[in-house]
Amino acid sequence: MSTEKRSTPLLKMDNLHIEGFADEKWNPIIKGVGLTLHRGEILGLIGESGAGKSTLGLAAMGFTRAGCRITEGSIFFDGVDLAQKPERFKQKYWGTRITYVAQSAAASFNPAHRLIDQTVAATVRVGLRTEADAKRDARELFSALSLPDPDRIGDRYPHQVSGGQLQRVMTTMAMSPRPDLIIFDEPTTALDVTTQVEVLMSMRKIVEEFDTAAIYITHDLAVVAQMADNIKVLRYGREIEEAETRAMLREPKEEYTRSLWSVRSLRKKAVKSDDIVLSVDGVDAAYGNRIKVLHDVSIKLPRGKTVAIVGESGSGKSTTAKAITGLLPPSKGQILFNGTALPAELKDRSKEQLRQIQMIYQMADTAMNPRQIVGEIIGRPLEFYHGLKGKAQEQRVIQLLEQIELDEGFYDRLPSELSGGQKQRVCIARSLAAEPEIIICDEVTSSLDQIVQEGILKLLMRLQRERNISYLFITHDIATVEAISDEIVVMYEGAVVEQGIKDDILSPPHPDYTQLLLSSVPEMDPDWLTNLLKGKEAAAAV
Amino acid sequence: MHPVVSTVLKRLALGLVTLVFVSIIIFCSIQLLPGDFGEAILGQAATEETVAAFRRELGLDKPAVYRYFDWIGSVMTGDFGTSFSGRSASGVNRARPVVDLVGPRLGNTLFLASIAALISVPLALFLGITAALWRNSVYDKLASATTLTTISFPEFFVAYVLILLIGTLWPIFPSLADVEAGMPFWERVYKTMLPSITLTLVIVAHLMRMTRAAIINLLASPYIEMARLKGEPAIRVILKHALPNAWAPIAAVIAFNLAYLIVGVVVVEVVFVYPGIGQLMVDAVSSRDIPVVQACALIFAATYILLNLTADIIGIVSNPRLLHPK
Amino acid sequence: MTDARKSYSAAAEVGFVRTRRTRLARMWIELKKAPPTAIFGLAVIMFYIILGVFAPWIAPYGEAEIFPQPFASWSSEHWFGTDQIGRDILSRLIYGSRNTIGIALVTTLIAFLIGGVFGLVAAITRNWIDQLISRGVDVLMAIPSLIFALMLLSIFGSSAWSLILIIAVLDSTRVFRLTRATAINVAVMEYVEAATLRGEKLGWVMRREILPNILPPLVAEFGLRFCFVFLTIAALSFLGVGIQPPTADWGTMVRETANLIQFARFDLKAGLTPLLPASAIALITVAVNFVVDWFLHKSSGLRDEH
Repeated sequence: MSTEKRSTPLLKMDNLHIEGFADEKWNPIIKGVGLTLHRGEILGLIGESGAGKSTLGLAAMGFTRAGCRITEGSIFFDGVDLAQKPERFKQKYWGTRITYVAQSAAASFNPAHRLIDQTVAATVRVGLRTEADAKRDARELFSALSLPDPDRIGDRYPHQVSGGQLQRVMTTMAMSPRPDLIIFDEPTTALDVTTQVEVLMSMRKIVEEFDTAAIYITHDLAVVAQMADNIKVLRYGREIEEAETRAMLREPKEEYTRSLWSVRSLRKKAVKSDDIVLSVDGVDAAYGNRIKVLHDVSIKLPRGKTVAIVGESGSGKSTTAKAITGLLPPSKGQILFNGTALPAELKDRSKEQLRQIQMIYQMADTAMNPRQIVGEIIGRPLEFYHGLKGKAQEQRVIQLLEQIELDEGFYDRLPSELSGGQKQRVCIARSLAAEPEIIICDEVTSSLDQIVQEGILKLLMRLQRERNISYLFITHDIATVEAISDEIVVMYEGAVVEQGIKDDILSPPHPDYTQLLLSSVPEMDPDWLTNLLKGKEAAAAV
Repeated sequence: MHPVVSTVLKRLALGLVTLVFVSIIIFCSIQLLPGDFGEAILGQAATEETVAAFRRELGLDKPAVYRYFDWIGSVMTGDFGTSFSGRSASGVNRARPVVDLVGPRLGNTLFLASIAALISVPLALFLGITAALWRNSVYDKLASATTLTTISFPEFFVAYVLILLIGTLWPIFPSLADVEAGMPFWERVYKTMLPSITLTLVIVAHLMRMTRAAIINLLASPYIEMARLKGEPAIRVILKHALPNAWAPIAAVIAFNLAYLIVGVVVVEVVFVYPGIGQLMVDAVSSRDIPVVQACALIFAATYILLNLTADIIGIVSNPRLLHPK
Repeated sequence: MTDARKSYSAAAEVGFVRTRRTRLARMWIELKKAPPTAIFGLAVIMFYIILGVFAPWIAPYGEAEIFPQPFASWSSEHWFGTDQIGRDILSRLIYGSRNTIGIALVTTLIAFLIGGVFGLVAAITRNWIDQLISRGVDVLMAIPSLIFALMLLSIFGSSAWSLILIIAVLDSTRVFRLTRATAINVAVMEYVEAATLRGEKLGWVMRREILPNILPPLVAEFGLRFCFVFLTIAALSFLGVGIQPPTADWGTMVRETANLIQFARFDLKAGLTPLLPASAIALITVAVNFVVDWFLHKSSGLRDEH
């Protein structure tokens, strides 16, 4: 980039304050953040839930959502303070000079109009191009983003196209008027990892080609490292630090920044064991006698170890859990617990058999009855399985609370009075109360912030050491797998691709699907995507 | 077959099945009559022969299934049977066919309902849409409070307040809506003005609240935010992005309220002594004239089903997912 | 932001901490924050309840006590005059609150009992029983309920109990739909699955996991259904096929005194007489609606907090 370009920033926000209206009062969301972006630069905005990154990204356009207001500060875009302008004025910038790529493409396209019409609408409206010219250009962009059938895909309606493709169409829409600035708001968060990498490649390519400035908002540092020149870390509406991408990854100034990849620093040493506590033996399963979702699934879980089941949405990993717990009886095959077959149906299993296999869910919010206090939630399995009542039950609940690093002050709280991590801990305590041999963990850390994830994973590992519990750990996140597992099962479209000890699975050679899955997981290396692109081009050239 | 066509056909079939079941229920009602109702209709002095003849006329000596098909067959050809009233213990039968009673009154009711609908639907849509656009403004809050109050009022309360104010104290409109056959059009409109205004007031409140909710729901969609972020001016956001997706919810809201209108019509007709089908039904209920009650109930129910059917079909044909299948 | 935690502690993590208070204390706090419309609504409801319960002590005359002069004008003896056969209107208004509200309340309760039980059964079984009840309800709801009620009343006659039962059964269809829908929403929650996996019996799951979570929408619905039932009964009484004389009832009173309105130009007070029972009806439905509106706002607001 030339120094001349650098001299006047394209976007300069100063001391911005934004408030949102909730619970009958105005609450601060952004508390004095500044931001400078030059032409052709890409800034990554990163932060966990509630950091205010989306609000800040939208504010870069001078836009605030309903119920929000800018109370202080300035937003200079190309010399004009958007914070002071009415919407009618800002409309001249929106959709043409500044464009926006939303998280959920499926919801952000109007279901009533064709994709191509929506793609070129803003470009044609302000007369940047004629309609025919804009459409021809859009088709070229479709092709550049390797969308299938680029000449005709635009004639489709949003619901006729897959999520990953829609996200690329939306990128085309953002690029059609050749804007000065594009805001990407978590554009790949809702996508599977193998789809995400394709979309990331497309976005990188197109932004580089036209030298467009961009703000890339995400909670995933590895993703933003591939896209951004600089990264700004936000927390609770304040800036933690901003640095050049490589510098930040090498040595972050703040402890909080390092915690954003804390799970990646955990790594359990894999231990092999042949003492099998649970084995899933050639299981087929189907929903409603028709749609077969599991094909001959076999999994072995060694005692006191962790087996991670990895796969993308629709791979059948949660269905496998349902088959094990008896919620979805297998149509073929059996589940062996300590060498004896468990009855297929939940209702045929004894209390003792039920006690031995416990389950923890992804959304702790929906896994606890919102109208019961923590004491009741943890106390019920104590009474149900072990007949503990009254004082004895209460004391045991408090012991369990201490084991999950909470204290007796939590005994009479409602779930709504707990944080996300605390909720998940209470769910862990509830399953511990049964004193099971096996706990099935279904994406238990997926909706938590990194630092909280780390705490939960450490807790689970400590409990395993102390009580020799076996975990069947379902997840789509490879970092979590590396952190916690002894063995890995890779699943794809309802079948097991491979099972083996962690180090064997993660190192080559891989079966095709495992290769694709592992190569799609973004690494904390800013050159990862570049190398991947080069590799692809080299492969295509051969 | 195109999915829209097959979905519409399915919905039509469902509507027809519902109508059949409703007709069975209405038919069965006559079977529930206590055994001595013949005497009740004909009077204490009725001889055994007249009662027997009466029962024979109703076909009570034949099996119920046969009678149902007989009845529904006649209804299809426009024959709703003969009224119970006008009969006497002596066996003299001055009873009139139900069709002669219902026919002209049905026309009157449709006339009244149409006027009310013509005023209230555009008015309520306008009020509802503007309230949704200027949400939380003084206008919106005022409209919300007023309509919340109005929907709680029984129809006859609204009716009598209107009669008191613009029927009696300041007589602008007649408080007796005694329309007759052959009356000139504008005189008929003038006479039906008070019942129409009453119905309008009741319907507008409901319709406006539901329109407002539907539009607010629609405007909260991410694609509306996207349209704004693309710099579309407010008017284009509404016309191009919101409206094409609004037909289904608005049609549902209108159908629901027109269905409500049919119910409201009963009370309003009685208040204003308007010779419509609602008042006929109430009179028939009081005198337990079952054939007339059946005919009226069937007409009301059929209208109700038809309205909901129309709304659903509008919803189906305006749904892009069905119009443009994968 | 310098408070980035070096050592992570789960207990110190910020949750939505609220001071715990007794149910009564919480209600009192809610009440103090209530909007004026809700306060007004609650006050009106209290007023009506007191009138209804203590009617015999408050009313100046008996419910069916007949005085020599029919259609007497307003006077110090008969504040609101007398009706067409010489009964004191004020006394009948006061007794009316007991009868009209009482009957509507009983009807709504029965409707909730029927609709609630069937709704729960349908939501839990989700098999042919559910299908059968649901389709049946679809058909019943295809007939406007006032029309259906009129038809059934013409067959069974207008006694208080047939009125109560007919309206209750017709109205239970709507309660059924709501109960079924909310219960199904709750039944797919993971805490219900967790209880099932634990091996809990169906009865326990229904009582402890499902019921407490479907109560708030049902309570709000109770208010709305009460209004609807109340207006339907008032309409039927007004039409002359509802609550039958000599029981004092507002709908019937409107019908009986309706003709007085024609004399408003000569005696305004007489003209206002039929509006008194009509206003009594309007007032309580407005009051209940205000309270329900506040409650709905409250309970949906609570959900946003999570």
